[in-house]
Amino acid sequence: MTDSTVPPAPEAEEPRYSPLHDVHVEAGASFTDFAGWQMPVRYSSDLQEHHAVRQAAGLFDLSHMAEIAVVGPDAGVFLDQALAGTLSTIAVGRAKYSLLLADQGGILDDLVVYRLDDHDFLVVANAGNRQVAFDTLATRAHGFDVTVDDESDDTALIALQGPEAEGVLDELTTQDRLAPDAPLSTLRYYRVLRGTFDDVPVLIARTGYTGEDGFELYLDTETAPTLWRAIAEAGAPRGVVPAGLASRDTLRLEAGMPLYGHELGVETRAAQAGLGRVVDLTKESFAGRENALPEEGARVLVGLTLDGRRAARAGYAVVDPAGAVVGEVTSGALSPTLGHPVAMAYVDPALAAVGTGLGVDVRGTTIPATVVALPFYKRS
Amino acid sequence: MSDLSTLKYTAEHEWLLIDGDTATVGITDYAADKLGDVVYVDLPAVGSDVEAGKVVGEIESTKSVGELFAPVLGTVLEINDAVVDAPDLVNSSPFDDGWLIRITLSGDLPALLSRDEYVALTAE
Repeated sequence: MTDSTVPPAPEAEEPRYSPLHDVHVEAGASFTDFAGWQMPVRYSSDLQEHHAVRQAAGLFDLSHMAEIAVVGPDAGVFLDQALAGTLSTIAVGRAKYSLLLADQGGILDDLVVYRLDDHDFLVVANAGNRQVAFDTLATRAHGFDVTVDDESDDTALIALQGPEAEGVLDELTTQDRLAPDAPLSTLRYYRVLRGTFDDVPVLIARTGYTGEDGFELYLDTETAPTLWRAIAEAGAPRGVVPAGLASRDTLRLEAGMPLYGHELGVETRAAQAGLGRVVDLTKESFAGRENALPEEGARVLVGLTLDGRRAARAGYAVVDPAGAVVGEVTSGALSPTLGHPVAMAYVDPALAAVGTGLGVDVRGTTIPATVVALPFYKRS
Repeated sequence: MSDLSTLKYTAEHEWLLIDGDTATVGITDYAADKLGDVVYVDLPAVGSDVEAGKVVGEIESTKSVGELFAPVLGTVLEINDAVVDAPDLVNSSPFDDGWLIRITLSGDLPALLSRDEYVALTAE
């Protein structure tokens, strides 16, 4: 038996380790290289971790992600110029999903921006795009009264995702360890508040990437293992388990969330990926604006469900009933929650309507597929 | 659990239990662990001829696809229907309930690995 779809590890530089690495080793994690980081891919079973997030909660280490602080009197107007969305008008304590566009219009990264104060924003970028995101923001900051600092090395990120997440964190507040500056129950989706954990500052955001309710907690790398253990301990009776990147990928796929390098890339225009709403063309100018719109006829992202149990994988051809190639799969898996294969794919726009019958070439066999609305899974 | 020391192995992570002219074939715990949770197996038709080193099936996990190679020359005598219905048997019981195919051997066995040689091969 050989593994035909896992690419060989790149000629890596010295691998990087999360501040939680020792905790993961203790928990029996298997590791994978992710953007140069050795990150947990699973602790026990991808499927168990996936189901735990849907039914209880999963604890994720996302310390490899990039945190870029944008601070100064011009922070809001600078971000309006540097990113595709309008950030200057969001309220303090809010988060917004945005895109960093190349001057040529393609997507350099997708990111979440938190407004922590009037002149204080935190930009969270993908690990693999850390340098590009930082360099691009720093370059675009010229002429603005703003500082752009890469705080990634000093910042750990722990996500707790799932229906039990609020209850578990509430328990830590009851123990007087986690002290948010407002009750967590009042923290709505895509909002952030400041707090402390064991008297160390922590940002608590109600954001995530799994399709579940949940929180993302940013704090210094030194305190991160203590917070992780505290959540794990408080969560264990409620069914909380540590969850790795493998389950994270099937969770985000079910939730129809695009992944950079799969659904998004520098050749992708936002509207192709269904992210047209993220690009604010009412702004007179921002980086990439002139080229932000896709060419007419450009392929668009759709959801597909497939017959049977064989999964469509990234790179597989999408075909029309006559067998002509009309698109390509960007992500696919047998959905653990739904029990049938799901995939995201770029297809010719004429074939993108919900209900369209297509096929996917799964290693030489055409498997019938149907275009469906995204997301595949929505929590009730 | 089968006595692993009595099994033969291939460098492609199959194990074989050879009993007279029949070989029972599965994939090792090492391979199952590397693949992650197996969610689909595709096995050859009973009665089909197989040749050592040729692809005869697929083993899909949530994350990846592995090819199943025939480790020996012969004819497929039986496939494990239970594992087709419950592919997670490959993870939970790779050397017993998770066996994949039985092959009636034709001709000589190719060179296969002992347990010690296989363990050495997969030592990390």
